[in-house]
Amino acid sequence: MTTAPEIDRHPVPTRSRGTRELLAPTVGITVTVLLWWFATTVLVPRESLLAAFAPQRALPAVVDLAVRGVLLEDIVTSLWRLLVGLLVAAVLGIAVGLAVGSVGWLDSATRPVFQFLRMVSPLSLAPVAIGVFGIGHRPVYFLVAAGAVWPVVMNTVAGVRSVDPGFVLAARSLGATSAEVLTSVVLPAIRPHVLTGLRLALGIGWVVLVPAEMLGVTSGLGYEILNSRDQLAYDGVMAVILVIGLLGYLLDALARRLLRGDRRA
Amino acid sequence: MGTVALHLSGAVKRYGDRVVLDGLDLDVARDERLVVLGPSGSGKSTLLRVLAGLEVLDAGELSRPDGQGAATATVFQQPLLLPWLDVAANVRLGGRYRANRDRFSDVRAGELLELFGLADLAGSLPAQLSGGQAQRVAIARAMAVGPDILLLDEPFSALDPATRQHLRAWLRDTATRLRLTIVLVTHDVDEAVYLGSTITALDGAGATAGSWANPTTPEHDDLVAHPLRAELLASYRSQVGARGTAPAAAG
Repeated sequence: MTTAPEIDRHPVPTRSRGTRELLAPTVGITVTVLLWWFATTVLVPRESLLAAFAPQRALPAVVDLAVRGVLLEDIVTSLWRLLVGLLVAAVLGIAVGLAVGSVGWLDSATRPVFQFLRMVSPLSLAPVAIGVFGIGHRPVYFLVAAGAVWPVVMNTVAGVRSVDPGFVLAARSLGATSAEVLTSVVLPAIRPHVLTGLRLALGIGWVVLVPAEMLGVTSGLGYEILNSRDQLAYDGVMAVILVIGLLGYLLDALARRLLRGDRRA
Repeated sequence: MGTVALHLSGAVKRYGDRVVLDGLDLDVARDERLVVLGPSGSGKSTLLRVLAGLEVLDAGELSRPDGQGAATATVFQQPLLLPWLDVAANVRLGGRYRANRDRFSDVRAGELLELFGLADLAGSLPAQLSGGQAQRVAIARAMAVGPDILLLDEPFSALDPATRQHLRAWLRDTATRLRLTIVLVTHDVDEAVYLGSTITALDGAGATAGSWANPTTPEHDDLVAHPLRAELLASYRSQVGARGTAPAAAG
């Protein structure tokens, strides 16, 4: 997970602060690209397989994929699968988290099971997913959801646990029913926790999605990597890797913005 | 003094082996300011939660003898305002609950903000309030559901002395003006003498030790010389002494 650059707390004239904030990332990216070029162009012989991964070959390959119309289709397919998987994870995770967080013995009962399941890579469930859901979108939804559900569950449980019992007492003293306590106190109180869980879920979902698309589907970014490899188009492989990284970066930035744990409703 | 709005007879409440209320009888008369006095651990918070219907009795009965409605709302030691809602929304919290559908009025909630001097703070978040302001919002929130009886559980004990004194005066004045029926529990004898029109002392063993009518409305400076004060302090000392030999019950 990337971290946002720290906001400079000292009052510095605007222009120099803006320049300084942009300078370091620019240097970082430039050095990375240079190293990438050095490793794939200077260090290896021209006929090597690695040479196809060089920036001067991969970047035109991105354009090529885009022009052929493959790229946009793959991106839309992959994002759709991510969205569905995340929605399943969110609904299931919040519901389970609320139940586990509110009932003490349920927490003790589920803790070892959840810790076990959480450490099982969703991809190891791929044969099960394909066996149960067949070929197509659904095993991918399942694998994304299976990976993304845990941070939602864990953060929801932590949120419910940290709700001030006094707030619940105050609501009950005003005549709130259990359902009203849930909607007026518990849900707003756990909102920041749930949003954190969803952001982590997005990161995990995106990482799980690509390999999940290498199994039993014929579309999406993960499939496109295998497809390019099968055509021995290694520049295409690198192009898709670049797109995956860039999209993940943008998704995380978007999630940061949308899912900020802002307490004002 | 009005008719009896709430009557508690033979109330018993246990937590495990610990008996907190042991056959306690209590009358809450309409339009009175009943102060229940007892040291910490004498069961006064439990008693208040029983009156609020937040605790179920193990034995005994809570009845409403005059049948004129005995809806309660409670103010706790901490304001317990929801930190994500502003002052206006906190005061209107009870309006979101079905139980108050017929009693809550949005107009009244707005009037309470004015009346309690909170109108300028309507858009503030609880974190921006002083302790005294927050507790006034908590009282307004309880009042906004239109209770017949306002229950207060040591509402000023977490505040600094100057604010505490100010809010006591404000509460007595407000209660008199709005003809509120209030039940306030406290461990503070001076607060009891200042605020109570009736003062009931708990005996420290889960029942009441005595009840005094207090027709006066003394000023803070007069409390030291108030005749009731000595009497209440004597009752207080005897039960604190008694608790020294018996295992203390928290509550």
